[in-house]
Amino acid sequence: MNARIGGLFRLAAIGTLVLVSMTAYWQIWAAPDLAAREDNARLVYRQLAVKRGLIYAADGRTVLATNRKREKNGITLYLRRYPFGPLFAHPVGYNTVGEGRTGLELSYNDYLTSSNSDLATLFDKLGDKLQGQTVTGNDLVTSLSMPAQRAASRGLAGLRGAVVALEPQTGRVLAMASSPSYNPNDVAAAIKRSSSPAAGTSLLNRGTQGLYAPGSTFKVVTTTAALESGKFTPDTVIDGKGTCITIQTVPLCNASGESAGQVSLSQALTFSYNTVFAQVGEAVGKSRLYDAMRDYGFFQRPPADYPSDELSPSGLYRHGKLLGQNAPVDVARVAIGQERLLATPLQMATVAATIANGGVRMAPRFVDKAISPSGKVVYQGRDEQIQRVMSPRTAQELTAMMRRVVEEGTGTAANLGNLSVAGKTGTAETGTAGLNNAWFIAFAPAERPRIAVAVVVERTPDFGGTIAAPIARDVIEAYLASGVAK
Amino acid sequence: MRSARVRELWNLVFVAMLTGVGFLSVYTARQQEIGSTSLIYAGFFFALYAVAHIGLRAGLPDADPWLLPLAALLTAVGLTEIYRLNPVLSRDQSIWIVVGLVGFLALILGVGDVRKLEDYKYTLGAVAVILLLLTMVLGTEINGAKLWIRVGGVQVQPGEFSKLLLVIFLAGYLREKHELLAMTHRRILGIGFPAARHLGPLITMTGIALAVVAVMNDMGTALLLFGIFLSMLYVATGRHLYTVVGLGLFAAGSWFVYQTTAHVQERFSIWLDPWKVPRTTGYQLIQTIESIADGGIFGAGLGRSFQLLDNGNTIIPAAQTDGIYAVWANETGLAGAAGLLLIYLLFAYRGFKVATLAPDSFSKLLAAGLTFAFSFQAFLIVGGVTRVIPLTGITLPFVSYGGSSIVSNFMLLALLLMVSDRTRKAMR
Repeated sequence: MNARIGGLFRLAAIGTLVLVSMTAYWQIWAAPDLAAREDNARLVYRQLAVKRGLIYAADGRTVLATNRKREKNGITLYLRRYPFGPLFAHPVGYNTVGEGRTGLELSYNDYLTSSNSDLATLFDKLGDKLQGQTVTGNDLVTSLSMPAQRAASRGLAGLRGAVVALEPQTGRVLAMASSPSYNPNDVAAAIKRSSSPAAGTSLLNRGTQGLYAPGSTFKVVTTTAALESGKFTPDTVIDGKGTCITIQTVPLCNASGESAGQVSLSQALTFSYNTVFAQVGEAVGKSRLYDAMRDYGFFQRPPADYPSDELSPSGLYRHGKLLGQNAPVDVARVAIGQERLLATPLQMATVAATIANGGVRMAPRFVDKAISPSGKVVYQGRDEQIQRVMSPRTAQELTAMMRRVVEEGTGTAANLGNLSVAGKTGTAETGTAGLNNAWFIAFAPAERPRIAVAVVVERTPDFGGTIAAPIARDVIEAYLASGVAK
Repeated sequence: MRSARVRELWNLVFVAMLTGVGFLSVYTARQQEIGSTSLIYAGFFFALYAVAHIGLRAGLPDADPWLLPLAALLTAVGLTEIYRLNPVLSRDQSIWIVVGLVGFLALILGVGDVRKLEDYKYTLGAVAVILLLLTMVLGTEINGAKLWIRVGGVQVQPGEFSKLLLVIFLAGYLREKHELLAMTHRRILGIGFPAARHLGPLITMTGIALAVVAVMNDMGTALLLFGIFLSMLYVATGRHLYTVVGLGLFAAGSWFVYQTTAHVQERFSIWLDPWKVPRTTGYQLIQTIESIADGGIFGAGLGRSFQLLDNGNTIIPAAQTDGIYAVWANETGLAGAAGLLLIYLLFAYRGFKVATLAPDSFSKLLAAGLTFAFSFQAFLIVGGVTRVIPLTGITLPFVSYGGSSIVSNFMLLALLLMVSDRTRKAMR
């Protein structure tokens, strides 16, 4: 019997060895991965113990995100507060315990929590630790303009859609509004509400993720390809051939129902004749049109300082998936912004901004600088040229053509009287009779552009020229009136 | 052998010093939340074990000098961590330690000689089964398992006591029958089988264990009871056949229960991948694992790891019971965790030693069964929180918070010491 009792002891020894080994596995081998898990409560609390940096509007004074200190049971936590609630919810994003983080709160998390490895920050942080104090993050100064953002938000009130405004020479994002918005101070409630389909997707940033058929605003891209091809000038006369033409057995008509007749390319843009641009598209060809699209930034995620899964690429989609550039398409319909072409407001704002910037596309960016608690600038946003999309001459010609759209064409609602606005309307059918996605892209002042805007209004009975253009006008006016001269 | 008690006293003094250091560490780390009464705990603790020591001097002067100090060390670890998590609970736990001590002294001074228990083996066995049946019928369900019955406002966990009763019953029963059970009645395929009627208990026991799982949703107790049964049967008969047949029966029964019980299936799928359901059923296991991992090699220090959320709850659900090993591993690291496991192994070593030295089969079986029960229970819960096996809601002996667990383990300790005293008296 004693031998068997000895056997039981050996079993106990083996059991102990197994348990010690497994404990060692978790504590030594698996520990780093576990500690870095986003859902590890320790990590969340450690981050909440950090006093995150403030987020400012472009003026460097208006606070868009601040902290509320909470001390309970010996634990000091800093919870995020957004003084303007829904107004800046989409560009700034949110930072929460349970629901993670989005927007700039996510893409600049390292700076906001001082976990970036910059030396100046490191010393500040070391100082904090030595004094047994809270780690304080770096403040962010964004490029977001309060007047522009307010105008954008006011314009979208009661509608669904988005506004994106860029500074053409720098790519700075001046405004980004998405409607409906949500209250970033109560994200859990917003998420709960968004799970019912009737409530709408208030959490979606339509400015960067909303995909809409660009409709006639895309004719600007077609025109770019046409002018750059050398086959066309603004004065090239094209036969509009009546109200409808048949392309690949499907008739394609002018929205206004009128016949274009013999018109110049410039006139065709002014009055947005589909019958003309379908022919221009076919004459330019798929390869040149695609080159222009690629240059404008289609087919890829915009190179913005924003979380990549909150940025959607624009291009041709089928069943929610981006099609390759070799997929067979009807060029004539792509040329007028139809087919399976989908674009984000950020992409169309980039189109307007590129023309406004003399043909050079800039990378969009939200942040001007990050400042450490001791006042040092630890990050400086730089203007980044992506590429030249067209010659300065083409840009000039396009500007002149787009001015005419606002002065005498489909976009007169964006007219600002003494101020010259260049723009293009778009009205894309949604598949539901009588409901359109209404677009307007614009920049102003046309001679020395300081702001480029894209507006989209979802599922409206109105047209781009009647509902989107006035919103763009208000945003431009509010921004230029605020006198932020650079 | 007077020196046994002297050695025990020195061991206890050493444990009391460690306890004092432990409480001091928790106190200095968490001054904002807990008062200086923490140091009174260490004194109180030493006083309690001094009483146990005096009880042993009076009742069992020759008993093993290591078992009581080892148990004291385990209790100290538990009380320190419970205090650190929630001072109110540690007060309750202290009361339970006092009650456990009363039970301990009652057995030592009231029964004295373990062999007296042998006469009541069937009664005690029946009580064990009745306790389990009572729990199945009257039990209140907490967290999906039916482990408790309410007796006058106190939650009692009968499973903890039926474990002791089962060991006593089996020790008596197997001493009587072990030769019969070891005998070969007929051979089938070259394997010797005992008479069919002797296999009855084996089948009954398997049935009881599976019923515990199916009705009470208590896999921990079921595994524990079945493990005790198999190990004692093995020690008594020396036949692997029983172990193999027993495990086979249990595996088949488990498979059946697994197929029919959603609760058991869930436990298994959590074990296989807790991160598939991180916010719901997998939450507890993930929290224990992340706590253990957070400890690293040397730990965060007593009272210095992250255990309490800002709402005052523990980050690990049921931290003071199921999760206590994870809390300890977090605070003291691999060094402390391995140390704690070694204390259990040392306890097992002393316990099995008592069994090997015991002069009669009943005492041998009793001591071996008690020691196995104690060690196996520790393995089940530590294995559960380290994801070696599926997590069950069983307590870590002497360490976890819980009255039934503390009292029953004090009684287990008393029985072991009673066997030891008789042995060493005989050797003198």
